[in-house]
Amino acid sequence: MDGRTLEYDYTVSKWFLITTVILGIIGLLIGVIIAFQMAYPELNNLFGEYGTFGRLRPLHTNAIIYGFVLSGVFSSWYYIGQRVLKVSLHESPFLQVIAKVHYFTYLLVIALAVVSLLSGVTTSKEYSELEWPIDIFVVIFWVSWGIGIGGLVGMRREKSLYISIWYFMATFLTVAMLYLFNNMSVPTYFVTGAGDWYHSVSMYAGSNDAMVQWWFGHNAVGFVLTVPIIAMIYYFLPKESGQAVYSYKLSLLSFWALIFVYLWAGGHHLIYSTVPDWVQTMGSLFSIVLILPSWGSAINMLLTMKGEWQQLQTNPLIKFMIMASTFYMFSTLEGPIQAIKSVNALAHFTDWIPGHVHDGALGWDGFMIIAAAFHMAPRIFRREIYSRKLMDIQFWMQTVGIVLYFSSMWIAGITQGMMWRAADQYGNLAHSFIDTVIMLHPYFVIRGVGGVLYLVGFLFFAYNFYKTITVGRKVEDHELKNASPMAIV
Amino acid sequence: MFHWLEKRPFFLGVLMFLFVAFAGIVTILPSFADMARPTVGTKPYTVLELAGRGVYIKDSCNACHSQMIRPFKSETDRYGMYSLSGEYAYDRPFLWGSKRTGPDLLRVGNYRTTDWHENHMLDPVSIVPGSIMPKYPHMFKNLANIDTAWAEAETVRRVFSVPYNEPLIQKDGTYQSVKLASTVEEARADALAEAKLVVADMKTQDVIDAVERGEIPEIVALIAYMNSLK
Repeated sequence: MDGRTLEYDYTVSKWFLITTVILGIIGLLIGVIIAFQMAYPELNNLFGEYGTFGRLRPLHTNAIIYGFVLSGVFSSWYYIGQRVLKVSLHESPFLQVIAKVHYFTYLLVIALAVVSLLSGVTTSKEYSELEWPIDIFVVIFWVSWGIGIGGLVGMRREKSLYISIWYFMATFLTVAMLYLFNNMSVPTYFVTGAGDWYHSVSMYAGSNDAMVQWWFGHNAVGFVLTVPIIAMIYYFLPKESGQAVYSYKLSLLSFWALIFVYLWAGGHHLIYSTVPDWVQTMGSLFSIVLILPSWGSAINMLLTMKGEWQQLQTNPLIKFMIMASTFYMFSTLEGPIQAIKSVNALAHFTDWIPGHVHDGALGWDGFMIIAAAFHMAPRIFRREIYSRKLMDIQFWMQTVGIVLYFSSMWIAGITQGMMWRAADQYGNLAHSFIDTVIMLHPYFVIRGVGGVLYLVGFLFFAYNFYKTITVGRKVEDHELKNASPMAIV
Repeated sequence: MFHWLEKRPFFLGVLMFLFVAFAGIVTILPSFADMARPTVGTKPYTVLELAGRGVYIKDSCNACHSQMIRPFKSETDRYGMYSLSGEYAYDRPFLWGSKRTGPDLLRVGNYRTTDWHENHMLDPVSIVPGSIMPKYPHMFKNLANIDTAWAEAETVRRVFSVPYNEPLIQKDGTYQSVKLASTVEEARADALAEAKLVVADMKTQDVIDAVERGEIPEIVALIAYMNSLK
């Protein structure tokens, strides 16, 4: 290959990219529906038993986390991996096949998840709802991804592994560990020969089950919604802006601190529950410590733009990524605040928690994946982005949507938390539970409107993406060096 | 050292794994045995109650209702005695929930009755004006999955030694045991007998007729489960 440029194989990256856009629309649409169900409960009964909040909520979380975000991550991996390791999938027919196995098994899991969750087949564990037969396919696609990473890393020409590769490796290893332990269960049919063949019962009971679940749950959030997204921004931001990463030492420190500290913080989901006090305290404490590595990465990204801030005006992609970093800082400050015991006593069980999650999911994950898609599309399809103006409109629409979402949920959460604990002059509870629910109606409506804005912005993105890959102007190699080519209409 | 590691993916991976695995080992393992121990008076679920728990899970009631009473006066005033770890010893999976869109249900059996649930599940607003809970008419038609519930009970008895058919000491010093049939046929008959006690307080004709025919609608199992939450 000496002297020639590598011809990268983007087939699977492309498939995952298109899947990202489609699953994004589906996941967001279900989100908007269930948001309005909380404001207008009649919407629950439009599709018989299949349309209630309880059935749709797991579908929404799974579609966003494992559908939209994960396929965005996979698409980026098949794009970034070859480039930073200086090796092409074309060089290994074996890895090409494995990549396709990865994609199709993943697609199968998504299809099975939709069917099973709508029919109410669920383990009830949050973000780990799929029953054991589907878990087996999850293991297959996860392992094929692992083989892909190992294979490319083994074949690499670039000896030093770039930061993004560390983060992808950490994602693979950690999620594998967490997923296996949290989904340990005994299939009841194979023990007794009766009942549904796909039913299983958890290996752990009660408080232990809760501990394992939130060790998983918190870190599924961490290692699907954060760690690989950092891998992405470490590649796409320097590439798009033409700037070198600000500090190597800061990225080292942030990486090792993040992966060590993150796993302790699961206990903050269990504060004032029946797990041991010291586990709760450690969860709370490490959540505060977690600010350091989180802000370390984010500040590293912001400082990468040093001296080049005018790009915010000239390139909407930079705008998306800087806003993503900012929302990352915002939600990694908000999370630790909620993990402080006295704050948690108020915030836990309220709408402030979904509010916090959506700062991260909509602002950080959503924006970063959108930016990644816009960066990759011209290079994979060799076409110019269809409309810059549409990107700008999308950006502001979605940003306003997120602001409406989190501000309404802050108010809703704190209001309800205060009302639950309010006492009258004799020390009796001041409010019945239903009073605290009725109070929330306007905030639920505002949240729904925020969701609609984000969804419509995403539809603009999907349209722009579709137009880009079908009718965008063909581009030459020299146009693809840094800032992505885009039409000024 | 990090420069060295960056060129050696295997050792890099090993070190990463040690970093991420550490916290789980230190936080989860030490208290594992303690937390698996039931409190005095905690009993395993009957097959009908487990079937109801299955309905609760199927419709993700836990997406909006918690089963975790925190040790604050405002919570104990509203929901009753705060939670103890051992009370959950037979909960597989745990159903603490993470969001209270509706009230906590850990001790709902102490203050709600069969007919309250019956009316409420059919039309929540008629019982609690302003409620945003969905209606669940399908629970009055779908049949509870008794076979799977028995399979689940029998599995935890065999695999995790859950003490079915064994005398368990109660808070008042007496002994009680929870019966678990040894065959699925026998379990169906037991569940039906238990269902009849629940239906005695219900008035939906379709449900009464179904139980007469030997069928158990989901709502009956769910109410049996709700009533067992104390």
